[in-house]
Amino acid sequence: MLAARPKLAVYKFASCDGCQLTLLDCEDELLAIADHIEIADFREASSRVVDGPFDLTLVEGSVTTPEDVPRLHEIRANSRVLVTIGACATAGGIQGLRNFADAEEYRRVVYARPEYIRSLATSTPIQDHVSVDFELRGCPISRAQLLEVISAYLGGRAPNVPRESVCVECKRRGTVCVVVAHGTPCLGPVTQTGCGAVCPSYHRGCYGCFGPQDTPNAPALSAKLLQLGMDPPSLARIYRTFNANAPAFEAAANAARTDPAHSERS
Amino acid sequence: MVELAVGDRRILARSDFPAFLDALNKLGYRVVGPTVRDGAIVYGPIDRVEDLPVGWTERQEAGKYRLERRGDEALFGYAVGPHSWKKYLFPAHERLWTASRKESRFVPAPEPADGPPLAFLGVRACELAAIALQDHVFAKAGDVAYATRRARALRIAVQCGQAGGTCFCVSTGTGPAVGPSHDLALTEILTAERHVFFVEVGSPMGARVLASVPLGPASVEDERTVEQIVARTSASMGRTMVVSGIRDLLVNHPEHPRWELAGQRCLACTNCTMACPTCFCQTTEEVPDLSGERVERWRRWDSCFNSAFSELHGTPIRKSTSSRYRQWMTHKLATWHDQFGSSGCVGCGRCITWCPVGIDITEEAAAIRASPPPQVVEERT
Repeated sequence: MLAARPKLAVYKFASCDGCQLTLLDCEDELLAIADHIEIADFREASSRVVDGPFDLTLVEGSVTTPEDVPRLHEIRANSRVLVTIGACATAGGIQGLRNFADAEEYRRVVYARPEYIRSLATSTPIQDHVSVDFELRGCPISRAQLLEVISAYLGGRAPNVPRESVCVECKRRGTVCVVVAHGTPCLGPVTQTGCGAVCPSYHRGCYGCFGPQDTPNAPALSAKLLQLGMDPPSLARIYRTFNANAPAFEAAANAARTDPAHSERS
Repeated sequence: MVELAVGDRRILARSDFPAFLDALNKLGYRVVGPTVRDGAIVYGPIDRVEDLPVGWTERQEAGKYRLERRGDEALFGYAVGPHSWKKYLFPAHERLWTASRKESRFVPAPEPADGPPLAFLGVRACELAAIALQDHVFAKAGDVAYATRRARALRIAVQCGQAGGTCFCVSTGTGPAVGPSHDLALTEILTAERHVFFVEVGSPMGARVLASVPLGPASVEDERTVEQIVARTSASMGRTMVVSGIRDLLVNHPEHPRWELAGQRCLACTNCTMACPTCFCQTTEEVPDLSGERVERWRRWDSCFNSAFSELHGTPIRKSTSSRYRQWMTHKLATWHDQFGSSGCVGCGRCITWCPVGIDITEEAAAIRASPPPQVVEERT
C-alpha cells in the first residue's frame, strides 16, 4: 500500500506561512494523512525531498517577484492537481494592497537599501498565472476544509466546500446577529463561510477573511454599514484587507471611495 | 391534591414558579426556554427562574433588535427573539447515521437516541403554529428523528402580553391567543399588587406536571384579565399583512418589478430563512474519513437563498438574487398552500427583524398588491 501512495507537495510564494502550517496543525490526522499520501516536498515540515511529478500540490502565497513566475510555471508543469491555499494565493493577500498604491514609492520609503529589493509592482493570485484546479479560501485556511480537500482528492471526488455566506454558519450556531442586535459593522453577509463564524461569536463583526461569498451584494451591505455610522474611508478600508483584490471587495472599496452617494450619506 | 383535567384553569403564583420548574425536572424533562445572551433573548437551558429574561423586553423593527429593561420583573415580557424551537426539533447540524466498510459492503449504524425529553417553556401562539406546520412537513417526509423528538417534547405556551414591532400574527390568524394545541398555556398577570400566572391545562401530561405544584383557583375576573391582555396584544401588532387571495396574487405576478427591487436590496445571506420558524430546507452530506473506511451522513440547515441550493447539473437555476427572493416569498405565502394546504407564514416577524438590511415581507406583499401590473403569464408562452 505504501508504494502506491500519491505524492503531495507544498510550495509557498509571498505569504506568512500560516496556511501551510495548517497542514502541520492537523496533529491528530497527520499520521492518517501520511498513511494515504506521501508528503514528498514540504520544506516547512522536512528537508527530505522526493522528486516530482506530484499528484497533489498545495500552493500558498501570491506572485510578487519576477522569479516567482517561472517557478510557478515549473510547479504547475510538475503537478497533476494544483490547489491554492489561502487568501494570498487566491486573491493576492494583504500584500495585494500595493496594487492600489505606488509600490516603487513604498520601496524607497520603507527600505534602508531599496536597491536590494527586486519586486513586482503588483501582488497577484496564482490563478492569474497558471490554471488552478481548486481554490481553498481563508486567512488562514480552515483545517477541516484542508482535510476535506485532501480527503476528496483521495476519494476522487469534488471537495465539499460551501460558498455561502458566514451568516449561514452564525445562524446554525445560534449566534446572535451583531449587525441587527448590536449595530456592529460586519462583512458576514458578503463573505464566504468556512471559518465557523468565529468573530461574531465573540461579538465582533466579520473581517471577510474568506473573501466574497458566491453571490455577494456588497452595494446593499455598504449602504447598511454607512447607515450604521461608518464613514466612507472606513468603509473602503473594511473591504481592503486580506482579500482586497477579490473583484467584489475591490469594487465595493472603490465605490466607497468614489461614489458621491456614499459621501452624501455620511 | 385533586387531579387536574384538560381544560382546567388555575392560578400559579410567581413565588411558586421554582416549584413548577422542579416538577418538570422531576418528571425527567430538561427545560429550555428564553434567556438573555449576547444582547438578545434566545432559547437555552433554564435551570432556575433567574435564567429567564426577568425584567427584560426588546424593541424590534426592520433590521434592528435591541434589548431593553422593563419597569417590572416580568418573566415573559418580550415577543420573540432570533431563535425558534426548530433548533431543538430540527437541529441545524444532525448526524443521521454512520457507516463502516465490512469487506465489500457498508454497514450503517443508526444514531443513538437523544438525551432527556425537552420541555419548551414560553412557546408563543405563532410558534405553536410554526411547530404544527413543521410537524406536517416532516410527517409528510416520513422523518422519524423529527417525529421522535417532537413526540417527547412538552409545549408550555405563554400568551403574549405585548406585540413586537415586527409582529403580524393577527393578519396570519396564528395569534396572539394560544390555540388548543399545547400541554400547558400560561398567561402572565402582573400588576402593582399581584404577579401570577393563569394556567390552562392542554394535555394529560400537562396535568401531570401540575400535580405537585401549589395552585390556586382561577376566578372569572382572572379569565377576563387574560382576555384583556390578549386583546391589548392583538391591538398593538407592529405590522399587518392582507392575506386574502395572496396565493393567486403572488403566483400570477412572477414578473412584477418589485421582485427586482427586492433583489437589489437582498444580501442573499439566508438570515430570514434561518430565523424563520417554519423554513425547513436542508442539505444532506456524506462525510467520509481519509481512509474511505467510514462515512457519516450529516443533515444541515440550508436555504433557498444559497446559489448551490438550486444547483442542477452543476449550475444554479436561480442565478439572480431576485429570483431567490421571489422563490422564498412565493413559497412561504403562496405555493405552501399547494404543497401543504396552508400558508407557511405565522406572522412572527423574525424575517423582518433579522434581515440585516431590513427587507419587510409585509411591505413587499403590500407593494405587489398595490400595483399589480398586467398579468404576464400568458405572454411568456
